[in-house]
Amino acid sequence: MHDEKTRFVERDRNWHPPAYAPGYKTSVARSPQQSLVSMQSPSVSEIGGPDFSGLRIGRYDNDLLLNFTQGQALPVGERIIMFGRVIDQFGKPVPNTLVEMWQANAGGRYRHRNDNYLAPLDPNFGGVGRTLTDEQGWYRFRTIKPGPYPWPNDPNSWRPAHIHVSVMGPSISTRLITQMYFEGDPLIPRCPIVNTVNDPDAVETMIGRLDMAHSKPMDCLAYRFDLVVRGRLQTYFENQ
Amino acid sequence: MQQPNTQSTSELILRETASQTAGPYVHIGLAPSVAGLPARDEEIWNRMAGPEAEGEPIEVVGTVIDGNGDLVRDALIEAWQADAKGVYQPFFDLRNAFNSFGRTATTFEGSSEWSLQTIKPGPVAHASGQPMAPHINLSIFARGVNVHLQTRLYFDDERDANAHCPVLSRIESPTRRQTLIASREAGDGDRVRYRFDIRLQGDGETVFFDF
Repeated sequence: MHDEKTRFVERDRNWHPPAYAPGYKTSVARSPQQSLVSMQSPSVSEIGGPDFSGLRIGRYDNDLLLNFTQGQALPVGERIIMFGRVIDQFGKPVPNTLVEMWQANAGGRYRHRNDNYLAPLDPNFGGVGRTLTDEQGWYRFRTIKPGPYPWPNDPNSWRPAHIHVSVMGPSISTRLITQMYFEGDPLIPRCPIVNTVNDPDAVETMIGRLDMAHSKPMDCLAYRFDLVVRGRLQTYFENQ
Repeated sequence: MQQPNTQSTSELILRETASQTAGPYVHIGLAPSVAGLPARDEEIWNRMAGPEAEGEPIEVVGTVIDGNGDLVRDALIEAWQADAKGVYQPFFDLRNAFNSFGRTATTFEGSSEWSLQTIKPGPVAHASGQPMAPHINLSIFARGVNVHLQTRLYFDDERDANAHCPVLSRIESPTRRQTLIASREAGDGDRVRYRFDIRLQGDGETVFFDF
């Protein structure tokens, strides 16, 4: 008989942004001052996670061009496909995992009761999508490219165009929320939220790449964004 | 005997995608009706247990408080817990009597409490074989939180189990350990209520875990 002992590759806290990143002002009062308490041997409570393969995903849930009006009318903006793979740190695909995303419209306005930016709402755009990865870890959304927008951090801070992306992975240990930025956007290096990440190589992991091969002539461009979640390590112990 | 370290394993693995704050509009993606968007066919929300669920029905409520002592009104929380027998039910289905996973959020107005309708979890065995006291794992996402914070909620009416929990014992400071204990209150109707306020910073700062 075998007992399986699962662990995940340790999360590199210097790779991710620190909790306290004063350039992003809201983090100042929302960052713990005490050290995180390390669990030397994570239990089943940390190793497991929800399986959403039984969640009823609607027909248009991954299609933001159609989902707000249920196919009645199209939103304004550059039509894009956002796609990629969810893999773990060993390159293994993560199948049937929930990928959720949300974004502003082409003018940089969110459909959220607290957003009152000057740019108008688009009557044909909601800004939320979700899907499950396939057996090879692929996911795909159809949407419009969101617009940049100003926000009150520095006297004149602007967010680069971005799409918020949430991925579950196989465990609550692999849970990750990030933002996808668009290759070449000059606002990326000026963004206080991007700059919470210290390592330029880590910033690169958040950049969606223009992928002409997957674009559709006379229809839409494609951006590829792969998500890498913590790798699972397995050790088998022989029981007598 | 100690073997020489000839190969760096870090070269062999990919780096994780970096985390970013969920931002103030997290609700659009993870709690659309809170943002003011129409609900989809099925949403993942805070009713983790229905009336048919086995175990003691409970409600868990709390606030999230920042380092200035102000309410964090835009926090989203994810919960993960075992059932009354101490077994996880990972297969999420809204038709299940109980799901191990749920979501909730603080509110923009009023007392800004998050809440979960669930059942009291049973004890779960630790890797060491010792039982862990009943607990709910919570992850906190919010504007200004760059990597989500992970904590555990324990119950104040489980003194004995708490005293022997191998994870609670990992926390050196007894004062800090206390930040993970939810307190029992008189609830509405037949549901017992526990309160668990999460303090992100400063006095009474909640213990957050790395795992």
